[in-house]
Amino acid sequence: MTNLNRRRFLSIATTLTGGIGVLFASIPFISSFQPSKKAKALATAVKVNLSKLEPGSIIKVIWRGQPVWILHRSKEMIEHLKDSSLDLRDPESELSVQPFFAKNAYRSLKPNYFIVEGICTHLGCAPIEKFAIAPADMGPDWKGGFYCPCHGSKFDLSGRVYTGVPAPSNLRVPPHRYENEHTVIIGETEGTENV
Amino acid sequence: MSNNQDQSMFSNKILRWIDDRFPLSSLIREHATDYYASKNFNIWYIFGVLSLVVLVIQLLTGIFLTMSYKPSAKDAFDSVEYIMRSVEWGWLIRYMHSTGSSFFFIVVYLHMFRAMLYGSYKKPRELVWIVGMLIYFCLIAEAFFGYLLPWGNMSYWAAQVIVNLFGAIPYVGETLTEWIRGDYYISDITLNRFFAFHVIAVPLGIIALVFAHILALHHVGSNNPDGIEIKNYKNEQGKPIDGVAFHPYHTSKDLVWITVFLILFFAAVFFAPEMGGFFLEVDNFEPANPLQTPEHIVPPWYLTPYYAILRAIPNKLMGVIFLASSVLFFVFLPWLDKCKVKSIRYRGWQYKLALGCFAISFLALGYLGMQPASGIYVVLARFFTVVYFIFFIMMPFYTRLEKTKRVPERVVYKK
Repeated sequence: MTNLNRRRFLSIATTLTGGIGVLFASIPFISSFQPSKKAKALATAVKVNLSKLEPGSIIKVIWRGQPVWILHRSKEMIEHLKDSSLDLRDPESELSVQPFFAKNAYRSLKPNYFIVEGICTHLGCAPIEKFAIAPADMGPDWKGGFYCPCHGSKFDLSGRVYTGVPAPSNLRVPPHRYENEHTVIIGETEGTENV
Repeated sequence: MSNNQDQSMFSNKILRWIDDRFPLSSLIREHATDYYASKNFNIWYIFGVLSLVVLVIQLLTGIFLTMSYKPSAKDAFDSVEYIMRSVEWGWLIRYMHSTGSSFFFIVVYLHMFRAMLYGSYKKPRELVWIVGMLIYFCLIAEAFFGYLLPWGNMSYWAAQVIVNLFGAIPYVGETLTEWIRGDYYISDITLNRFFAFHVIAVPLGIIALVFAHILALHHVGSNNPDGIEIKNYKNEQGKPIDGVAFHPYHTSKDLVWITVFLILFFAAVFFAPEMGGFFLEVDNFEPANPLQTPEHIVPPWYLTPYYAILRAIPNKLMGVIFLASSVLFFVFLPWLDKCKVKSIRYRGWQYKLALGCFAISFLALGYLGMQPASGIYVVLARFFTVVYFIFFIMMPFYTRLEKTKRVPERVVYKK
C-alpha cells in the first residue's frame, strides 16, 4: 500500500517538474515571436514639413511601416466638424486611441492640421478620402470624410466613426509634436505620455 | 519456368528478411489487401483519395517552388515572377501549386459534404470526423500563410485583415497581433515567419493528421451510402460479405477516377490557371503597397462563405466570434445530430430540408462574400447567415423529430 502511494507521489512529482520545465522552455520560443530589437529600432519618429501643404489637401507618410495622413483642413471642413447632427459613435473620443491633447472635436493639436493613422479600426484596411459634400456614392447627408472600401466603415474629417458601420472606434491619432510652425514630428510627444 | 521460380523464391526471401525486421506484409494486409470497404460505394467516395492526390501534388510542387522562391519583402514578388519567366518549367510548377490549392478545397468540401450526406461523422466515427476537421483547419491556415508569399497587393491586405481579426479579442488583441506579425505592420519579418509556417510547420501537422485520419478510419471501418456496418455480416473466413478488399478492387476503381480528376485538374492548369480571378486574383499581379488597399478586397473563393458571415455582423468583436463559430460548429456535428439513422437515404424530411438549406446558404454566402458589402448584398448575407447557424443550433431538436425509414440489414447494391 505504502509502495503504491509512493509511486503515485513520484508520478505526480515527475509530471509537475516536467510540466514546469516545458513551460519555462517554451518562453524563449514564444518570446522570439515579439518584434525584434531591429524592428523596434526601425519604428522611430518621422519628421514632416507642412509648409507646402495647401488647405483641403492631404499627404500620406509612412510611420512604423503604416500610412499616416496629414490633412490640411480648410475653414469649411472645420465648420462641418462642429455640426452636432452627425451620427457619430464616439464623438468625444472616449473609446478611441489618441494622445490626450487630441481628445477634442478636431482630434488634433491645431484645428487646421489633422494627423491620423490611415488604418481602419475595424480590420486594418486603408480608408479612402471622400472630401466632396454629398457625392452620389456617399448619399446626400455626407459632409466629407473617409470611407473604408473593405467593409464600408465611415469616418468624418476628424476620423470619428459613424454609427451603423463595423469599425468600433475612431481612427487612431499617433503621438506627434510640432518642432516649429511648419514641421511636425510623428511618433514623439512633448515629454508627456500617450493616453 | 525454373528461372521464374528462382526469382519468386528470391523475392520471397527478401520479403521474409524485411518482415522479420519491419511489419511490411502485415501493414499491407491491414491497410490494403485485407481492409474491406463496402462494395456499394458511389461517386461521393472518391474525394478522400483525391484529396490525398492533391496533397502529394502540393507537397511535390511546393518543394520545387521553395528552391527558387525568396521569402523577403524585397525579393518575394520578383522571385515569383522569376519562377514564372526564367525557371525552366517554373510556370507549370507554380500553376500546379496555385491551382492545386483551389482543387484541394473543392475535393475537401465534397468529401465533407459526403460525410454529412451519409452520417459518416456518427458513432463510432467521431474521431475520424474530428481529425478530419483538424486537417481542414490546418488547410485553412496553410492557404492563409501561403497566400501572403507572392507579396502581391491582395496578399498583403488579406494578411492585414486576417491578422487584425485577432485584434478584436478584448485586452490582449493589440499585443497578440504584434506578436503574430513580429512587427508593427505586415513586414519582411511577418513574411519570413509565414514562409516557415507554410513550408514546414503546417505541412508536418497535416501529414501527421492525415495518418491519424486513415488509422482511425481503418480501425472503425469505412461507412457506406446505406450508413450500415458491413462488419455485421461476415463469411466463414471472417470477411464482411458486403465488402471488397481495398486493394485491388477499390484502388483500381479509384485509379479511373484519379485519371478523370487529373484531366480536369490539368485542363485548369493549362487553360485557365487564373480561373477568371477565382484562383489567382487580378490585384495580386501588383506588388504589395501598404498605402493602397485594393478596391474590392476578398479572400480566395474557398473562404468567402466565412468572410460573408464576418461582414454580415455590424460589430467587430461579434463578427469575429461568428466567424470562428461558423467553422467550429462542424466539429460538434456528431453530438448535435440526435438521429440514430446515418444515411440520408433513410432519414426524415427534416434533415433533408435542413441539409439542403445549409448547402444553399453555404454557396450563397460564398457568392456574397465576393460582392461589395453594401445594400442588398448585406441583407442577403444576414439572411443566409441566420440559415447557416439555424442548421447547427436547431439540429438537436429537428433531428429528434425525424420519422426515419426502415434501414436495410445488408447494403443496397445494383448488379
